[in-house]
Amino acid sequence: MGLGLSLTAVIALILLVFAGVKGANLHLLFGAVIPYAAFIIFTIGVIYRVVKWGRSPVPFRIPTTGGQENSFPWIKQNKFDNPSTTSGVIVRMLLEVFAFRSLFRLTKSELKDGKLVHGSDKWLWLAGLAFHWCFLIILIRHLRFFTQNVPFVIQLFEALDAFFQVGVPLLYLTDIFLVGAVTYLFLRRVVFPQVKYISLAADYFPLLLILSIAVTGILMRYFIRVDIVGVKQLTMGLVTFSPVASESIGVIFYIHVFLVSVLFAYFPFSKLMHMGGVLLSPTRNLANNNRMVRHINPWDYPVHVHTYEEYENDFREKMKKAGIPVEKE
Amino acid sequence: MAKTKIPNPDELGKIDYTPPKKHWMDIPVEIKPDMYCHGAKAKSLKVVDFPNARDWTPAEADWKLPEDWKKIVLEGISERLKKYRTFHVFMDICVRCGACADKCHFFLGSGDPKNMPVLRAELLRSVYRKYFTTGGKIFGKTAGARELTLDVLKEWWYYFYQCTECRRCSLFCPYGIDQAEITIIGRELMNLLGLNIEWIAGPTANCYMKGNHLGLEPHTIKSTIDFFVNDIEDITGVKVEPTFNRKGAEILFITPSGDLFADPGIYTAMGYLMLFHELGLDYTWSTYASEGGNFGFFTSNEMAKRLHSKIYAEAKRLGVKWILGGECGHMWRVWHQYHNTWFGPMDFLEEPVSPITGTKFANAKSTKVVHLVEFTADLIKHGKLKLDPSRNDNLVVTFHDSCNTSRGMGFFEEPRYVIKNVCNHFHEMPDDTIRERTFCCGSGSGLNASENMELRMRGGFPRANAVKFVHEKHGVNMLANICAIDRAALPPLMDYWVPGVRVTGTHELVANALVMKGEKERTVNLRNEPLPEKGGDSDV
Amino acid sequence: MYNGGKIFIGLIIFVGLLILPFYLSMGKAIAKPDPKVDTPVIKQMAVKQCVESKDFMKTAHMQMLNDWRDSVVREGNRLYTAADGKSYDMSLQNTCMKCHSNKKQFCDECHNFVAVKPYCWDCHLMPKEGA
Repeated sequence: MGLGLSLTAVIALILLVFAGVKGANLHLLFGAVIPYAAFIIFTIGVIYRVVKWGRSPVPFRIPTTGGQENSFPWIKQNKFDNPSTTSGVIVRMLLEVFAFRSLFRLTKSELKDGKLVHGSDKWLWLAGLAFHWCFLIILIRHLRFFTQNVPFVIQLFEALDAFFQVGVPLLYLTDIFLVGAVTYLFLRRVVFPQVKYISLAADYFPLLLILSIAVTGILMRYFIRVDIVGVKQLTMGLVTFSPVASESIGVIFYIHVFLVSVLFAYFPFSKLMHMGGVLLSPTRNLANNNRMVRHINPWDYPVHVHTYEEYENDFREKMKKAGIPVEKE
Repeated sequence: MAKTKIPNPDELGKIDYTPPKKHWMDIPVEIKPDMYCHGAKAKSLKVVDFPNARDWTPAEADWKLPEDWKKIVLEGISERLKKYRTFHVFMDICVRCGACADKCHFFLGSGDPKNMPVLRAELLRSVYRKYFTTGGKIFGKTAGARELTLDVLKEWWYYFYQCTECRRCSLFCPYGIDQAEITIIGRELMNLLGLNIEWIAGPTANCYMKGNHLGLEPHTIKSTIDFFVNDIEDITGVKVEPTFNRKGAEILFITPSGDLFADPGIYTAMGYLMLFHELGLDYTWSTYASEGGNFGFFTSNEMAKRLHSKIYAEAKRLGVKWILGGECGHMWRVWHQYHNTWFGPMDFLEEPVSPITGTKFANAKSTKVVHLVEFTADLIKHGKLKLDPSRNDNLVVTFHDSCNTSRGMGFFEEPRYVIKNVCNHFHEMPDDTIRERTFCCGSGSGLNASENMELRMRGGFPRANAVKFVHEKHGVNMLANICAIDRAALPPLMDYWVPGVRVTGTHELVANALVMKGEKERTVNLRNEPLPEKGGDSDV
Repeated sequence: MYNGGKIFIGLIIFVGLLILPFYLSMGKAIAKPDPKVDTPVIKQMAVKQCVESKDFMKTAHMQMLNDWRDSVVREGNRLYTAADGKSYDMSLQNTCMKCHSNKKQFCDECHNFVAVKPYCWDCHLMPKEGA
């Protein structure tokens, strides 16, 4: 259900641009107005969501501890999986964000002859990591379209990405890995019964969208060529707030840009917000030091308790008979 | 266990993990016998002033809900979104990668897809989407949203009481989404409608009025412990002299009341008594704060605070310097991660220092609560205990890490250090089933009733399976742990899946090995079984 | 807001990264690349025509050069037949650069604009300019 719908949605989006640009000549709409709108929705949307989360307090400090706690000096603490200091937490979060530490633990449990067998299963970790890193590098690489004198760092990323100098224009490694990784992430949702069972349209749609973005980008670079100078004039026009819509650029470019715009605009309303959410996850971003440092609950309130006095009133005679000391004889 | 007719292990062990063809939203919940606990009774809920107190039966169609139950639940969700960042973030950011799917012992033991943590969370998340997100409001089912109906509510109840809040899923989740947190909130919502289970509500009421889950009254606590004292004297020739509600003691000792009740927990309690006597510890038991465990924690965070307030109040009343806590799982999750927030600053207590070794428990300097196993590990490290591990030579031991001390604390090396010093034969279960990756006993979070025995056996299957592995490989015959629910829940689990393996608390092992001053030649262990012959074949 | 400070810093970094490209280009006029086709050789041509059409050259010259290289170096074939039937010697230096002898005003003009660094001159001799 979700899959068909997502596929239809992505195809419809592509056809929409085709009609808009080829048929109705709406170059300015697809080349400037929509990208600007998407950018604004993305920025404001992400801030809105994060602030909304931020308005909910963290009443309890409940890290999930993934290793030995801080104990005696003679017991070695696992400082990064079970941090007790802020610096430990920072390392834990860096490992989580940049190396997907938790996913790295992944195991697969199977029933073999009545026995449960647990084995390491790193594929999701590998594909997830490859996908996210490639996406980031590709994003950074694209800054060459948005800066006039392209900073050295961006050129460096590009040079490294094209390190093997295959073909012309040089083949980017990230292009291959991204498509490979996204394809895997997509296929596992279609092939693995359990993952398929839990998948929603909201899971297929971003994958298909990103895959379409990658494919249009690759087509544009290697196969259906566009006037790259015209592209950069357009993109620089965007960052200098003097948009120019060029009709000389092929429609594939407008499809690419529109799909990216859709992704950006969709982002704040979707699960993609895990980008911000992971940083706010209280089971990861807090130190496991509750017995050392008190955590304050801002909405803490007094509760009804059964006091000792009431208890003694209930049992005074029995306590006295049993020789248990009481407050009131 | 006797009265339930659950399938035999061979049958139960045939588990099909293939999800059904139908979408999960289209499969209404089926409340299966032996898989759920009795509904909370009116009298239990009334004790703690909980709403909608009435007698009801989950298997019947009419749950006797208040008219405006839907409004109550939705307002409950709204309130908790504003109170808990965990809840709010976890409702929003799941990408359904499925990493958690086969991490849950209930899923591994039942194959029921709604026991995949991700789907158990989606049960609630789908309603959140419908009423609290724009996408869900507009796109409905396509966006994974659904109406809150009576069927949905029943499904929540059924599955939130098929989660032991063990947090194993949370360890593997790339965003740390914690099903325990979702279950905790889900159960809070249930409790707004009086939809608790009696196995939780009853102990909670007991604990509130009488100080402990079992409802032991002060004189009963004393006579129970006196009974242990006599047994100890018979076995060791040493008369231990515990005190109760004694003002001015240095240390208040708190342990789950389960240790006072049934085999094998009572041997652990005897172990405590012997150790403290041998050390000449200036400590007291309390009959008012006679419960370390906290079934309130399985009800609502407020109820948890109401129950544990006794410990705080009693420490203050008795004027002790610090608190020592016995072997318990969720008690330590609560003590470690909640207690200080509820009751701190504990400025009327002193930073705990071991009176025997002088060790400062720096990691407990704010709450002033020390784990007994920590305390004992320190004693052994400093050579303060005379131990004869050969008295445990008939045992081949493995250690079950309790979920709560593992993933809510990181308490791994301390118990192992103690066990290895009091036992000569110790073998670990496979790596993927211990420490932070440990499997739940299947009966945690208030699910260790008898009417849900199939659920418990299914939930405990992954744990039992790992025990079976070392039982067959190394001849393991004793499953050590540091949790009272484990001591209650694991024996039937072992009998069912791995006959021949028994269960013990860690301090029972300590006490058996402990050579006490003035003790007579011991011939039997705390269970009144003959000690292994010296130098004899250690394997049984 | 709870933990507002940390969240605020995070959001500032987020927004900072987003507006960086705008900031870097602020107040700068965007140079429009203007490749010059006014070398003496071109000026003397009666019909100002490259090996293929201007549009094709604009988007595909790099692929053509790559094909030429493979054809010459690997297959020893130096003859290129263009779409209009004319034949050319496949040679960067003797064919392309004969007309476009102004690398700086021609090649570099666009390449620099879009930050592309062709590796032609890793092997080929860089043309001497300013002559």
